[in-house]
Formats: sequence, C-alpha cells, structure tokens
Amino acid sequence: MFQIILFYVFAAVLLAAALGVVFSKNPVHSVMLLVLTFFNSAVLWLMAEAEFLAIVLVLVYVGAVMVLFLFVVMMLEVNVEAVKRGMTRYAWPAVAIALIMAIELIQLIWLRSGIGEGPGIFQTHPQGYSNTKELGAVLYTEHVYAFEIAAVILLLAIVAAITLTMRKRPGLKQQNISQQVAVRAKDRVRVVKMDSEERQ
Amino acid sequence: MIGLQHYLTLGAMLFILSIAGIIVNRRNLILLLMCIELMLLAVNFNFVAFSSYLGDTAGQVFVFFILTVAAAEAAIGLAILVVLFRNRQSINVQELNTMKG
Repeated sequence: MFQIILFYVFAAVLLAAALGVVFSKNPVHSVMLLVLTFFNSAVLWLMAEAEFLAIVLVLVYVGAVMVLFLFVVMMLEVNVEAVKRGMTRYAWPAVAIALIMAIELIQLIWLRSGIGEGPGIFQTHPQGYSNTKELGAVLYTEHVYAFEIAAVILLLAIVAAITLTMRKRPGLKQQNISQQVAVRAKDRVRVVKMDSEERQ
Repeated sequence: MIGLQHYLTLGAMLFILSIAGIIVNRRNLILLLMCIELMLLAVNFNFVAFSSYLGDTAGQVFVFFILTVAAAEAAIGLAILVVLFRNRQSINVQELNTMKG
C-alpha cells in the first residue's frame, strides 16, 4: 500500500514537472523543472530496483548535463517576450497529436499487452542483492565492446564540443611561449659603451 | 500493486508530453533540446520497467548506454547552439531559414 502511494505521488510530481518544462515561459524555470523531473524518475527507478541507474541518472544528468544546460541558458540571453508570442500557434495540432497518441498507447499497454489480468508484477530480489555488482558483471564481460564504443563516443563529444566553440578573437593579446623560452639576454639588453659626460 | 503497466503508462505520458512540447515550442532551440532529453527519459523508463519485469539486466545495460549517448548528444548540441547564437544572435527556430527548409 505504501509503495502504491509513493508511486502515485512521485509520478504526479514527475508529470507536473514535465508539463512545466514544456509550457514554462522562462527557460531557466524549464531547466530547474527538468532537474525535478530527473530526481523523481530516479526515485521511481529505485522503486523498480534499478538502483545503479537511479544514482547514475542523478550524477550524470542532474550533475553534469543539466548544469551544462543551465550554463548555456544563462549565457545566451533569450528574449522571453518573443518566446511567449509563438506558443499558441501550434497548440491545437499538438493537443490533437498528444490525445491520439495517448489513446493508442494506453490501449496498447492496458488492453493488448498480452500479460493477462492485472499489472505485470516486478521481480523482487532478496536482501543483500547488489544491482551494481550484477550490472558490472555483465557490462565488462558480455557488453565490453559496446562499453569501449561508448568511451570513444564520449571522447568524440569532448573533441567536438571544444573544436566547435573554440575561436580566434581578433585583437586578443596572447603570449607566444616558445618565443619567450627561446629568448636570450642579448636580444633584450643592449650594453652601450660610452664615455662619461661632464656634469652640467 | 504497482507493476509493468503503470511504468509503461508513465513512460508513454512523458513521451507524449515531450512530443507536444516539440510541436508547441517553435521559438526556442534550447527547449527543443530539453524535450528530446525528456523523450530519452521516457524510453529509459520503458527499458527499466521491462528489465525489472523480466528479471534481465540487459535492459539496464541499454539504459546505461543511452545515458552515455544522450550526454554526448547534449554536449555537442549545446556547443552547436552556442556557435549558432554567436553567428546569428538568435536561437529562434523560425529564423533559421538559410537552407530554405
């Protein structure tokens, strides 16, 4: 019973936050609500006994990706008024498509899933079962090739993001390190031999 | 009792919301990227639910890789967005009509 209440509370907050993400006027609010969405999904994944992924979701998504989003939103000053004006034009097609998809998917899930009467119950594990250990055992043996590819994709993302955003600004004063290191004393200081002059 | 169908329904509703968001938000490219993140979250919900239902860890491994690829996608997408804003001073989707698309 307690689990059911927890599920519905967190699902309601999740959907409300997702609605806020989509229809909020201010992009900063959208990002904050998306963070709330991710936290709620992490809790729901915990309840489905996917503990490792719940932690990864909080660490990677909330900790890295959403901070990146927030950084970009705050760096680009978006005109909020312009965003407001364009909202209503496509509202009706959006509502129609959403309703059609909702009816289709819910019918598919509840009436034609082939699971039978009542919801399909999740398999539970005994106390002391480690989801992380289980995932690690599969990840580094069976899926090790995909794991390597994922690492390469992340490297690619780093290189692509840096090369895309790097630019040479005109008029920027930079130091040339090799020139600085290679400089000799005679290049900088000129010793001039001259006779001393009379005091005036 | 909470089971597979509840999670699938929640995932479907998240997916529908994000599709509606992509249709409605034609002004702000950042919001479109956030809707795509929501969509990926909905897909991950389905993977986690089926993984728990079938007692198979393969679904969770898939979610792990989806998270990796989504992080890379967000990083590159935001980098492109920053370059775009630097060049055109706007991230309005409807002003990006250089290619007459």
